[in-house]
Amino acid sequence: MAKIKGAIVVDVERCKGCEVCVGACPTNVIGMADNVNGKGYHFAYMADADACIGCTNCAIVCPDGVITVYKKKMTA
Amino acid sequence: MLKEIIQPENLAYKKTELMTDTVLSYCPGCGHGTIHRLMMDVIEELDAWEDTIGVAPVGCSVLAYEFMNVDMQQAAHGRAPAVATGIKRCWPDKLVFTYQGDGDLAAIGTAETIHAINRGENIVIVFVNNGIYGMTGGQMAPTTLPNMKSSTSPYGRDVDMMGAPLKITELISQLPGAYYVTRQAVHTPAHVRKTKKAIKKAFQNQIDKKGGVSFVEVVSNCNSGWKMTPVQSNEWMVDNMFPFYPLGDIKVDGELVTK
Amino acid sequence: MGELKLMKGNEAVAEAAIRVGTDAYFGYPITPQSEIIEYLMAEKPHERTGMVVLQAESEVAAINMVYGAAGAGKKVMTSSSSPGISLKQEGISYMAGAELPCVLVNVVRGGPGLGTIQPSQADYFQSVKGGGHGDYKMIVLAPASVQEMYDFVETSYDLAFQYRTPVLILTDGVIGQMMEKVEVSEQKPRWTDEEIAKNTPWATFGKKKDRERNIITSLDLDSARMEQHNHHLMRKYEEIKEKEVRFEKINCEDADYLLVAYGSSARISQKAIDLCAEKGIKVGLLRPITLFPFPEKEINEMADKVKGILSVEMNAGQMVEDILLAVKGKVPVEHFGRMGGIIHSPQEVVEALEQKIIGG
Repeated sequence: MAKIKGAIVVDVERCKGCEVCVGACPTNVIGMADNVNGKGYHFAYMADADACIGCTNCAIVCPDGVITVYKKKMTA
Repeated sequence: MLKEIIQPENLAYKKTELMTDTVLSYCPGCGHGTIHRLMMDVIEELDAWEDTIGVAPVGCSVLAYEFMNVDMQQAAHGRAPAVATGIKRCWPDKLVFTYQGDGDLAAIGTAETIHAINRGENIVIVFVNNGIYGMTGGQMAPTTLPNMKSSTSPYGRDVDMMGAPLKITELISQLPGAYYVTRQAVHTPAHVRKTKKAIKKAFQNQIDKKGGVSFVEVVSNCNSGWKMTPVQSNEWMVDNMFPFYPLGDIKVDGELVTK
Repeated sequence: MGELKLMKGNEAVAEAAIRVGTDAYFGYPITPQSEIIEYLMAEKPHERTGMVVLQAESEVAAINMVYGAAGAGKKVMTSSSSPGISLKQEGISYMAGAELPCVLVNVVRGGPGLGTIQPSQADYFQSVKGGGHGDYKMIVLAPASVQEMYDFVETSYDLAFQYRTPVLILTDGVIGQMMEKVEVSEQKPRWTDEEIAKNTPWATFGKKKDRERNIITSLDLDSARMEQHNHHLMRKYEEIKEKEVRFEKINCEDADYLLVAYGSSARISQKAIDLCAEKGIKVGLLRPITLFPFPEKEINEMADKVKGILSVEMNAGQMVEDILLAVKGKVPVEHFGRMGGIIHSPQEVVEALEQKIIGG
């Protein structure tokens, strides 16, 4: 059965750590890093990469537009 | 595995190039950035970016022209609808929008707002209502809720002294020059998608010369002014702002929506 | 010779606006200049040239419509009278800061406050010293006839676009309301879209793919850059002071005394110097046509030749301060003027000269 797999790329230096994306993710992919970026923000990252379905929810609620989403139909 | 997915041909979402790469001057979690991006998404989808002129207000979004990659003017406080009128009357085939906050549009600029709409200027007005003056440090706005605290209503808005919050959107919806009036939000993906549809409809109305203002209010958060985390501010907005400022269409195709 | 018409000063401004190819006029009624918008509405310039004429909800809205249209590369103007010009000051300051060209007309009435609808020159300070907030100037032209009301509209546009600055035609209820013969010019077409793109490459009329977006703003939160912008504006005003001083000299060659007066006051002063000549007193008149830039060099030179200077203004003494600065103490300088909408007579000017300068 074909399965949709997704991935996000966070522009770490532009992320302001607002966490709005965290609650928007239906599969609880996103966590906030323990580290901080150059501005001192804990940035968003894929805490559970396997769970991402590429739905783009996180990207469209991100006020700063720092999330890019990729999606691929996996046949394996 | 991730490397396999993260390939150009698998791209599902990327910020439009009509947003510049300048880091937004807004606080973490502020809805302004989302609304900016939706507008630029729409301009791009309508392939209208060579013919679009935006007007930025005074307030937090005074620097909107730094972020929206279209020709922009920055207006004096509250005067954006007059500035937009000047542009649109001289360039009737261009797309003209204003982007204004509640202090700008519903306090100092009330006259310009009402008269531009009453003249039926064929423009788009995007009105961001967060119930507070963000830029100047969280003072009371015309839209501040009853008993809501701000730096100039530190014990809560006293409606006996200051009057009730101004529902400017309902007010202007009564004018014949208002063609499309809607109230939306951008705190969840579903709301973002609805707001984008509303903004697209607004610009499409202008392209189709429907004769009148298309007015999109977005109820938004101000976590700094409200003194909350971004996520808390969105929850507070749902619990407190939405009951007073209910979401949904108010006027569509020149007809008031009856509920 | 072109076509001759008998017109009010206010009508001449309006007709000139149409004929020089103005794209838009935004205004709000106020006495004594409402004939400008009334004439424009009656003339249907939309049919004649495609010009937009719109009555705004306030002077504040009108000047901001001007801001928008000017920022979009259009030839645009507004007019008002003193209290209305006060309301427009915020917008004028923004236009000066954002370097937008436009033509403003102030048909001055007596103040302060609501004052009177009668003529006055009491807005001199407001006009030449900036008017609104911040360090800025605008070019100020002072017509003394209905013909100049007509001619200065085109002059103002030329200067406004050359220097990217608001230009003010400063007149009063006398010139605005009186009728004189005017030679009108041929109709000029409005700028085409191509001409706008060529003449105002900085304007916002849609970002083409081959250029960066244009931004019209007076804001810069970076103080170092803002200071640079201020220096840039100051250099522009210095260039204007160097190149654009306009004035008229009458009977100045062998004058013993000098009157300095502009606009309707200059007309009265011209009669006064004739009366002086009849009495055997040799008096010249220097009429500044530009109030900013002020003809300070010429007045300074005249101070080497005359025994005293009288500034004749329909106000409490405003331009006299600029004359004092120009003369640098070389000769006595006094002011004479009536206020509150009262127009001085030539005889009063002669008496003032005799009492304050010749006898003083």
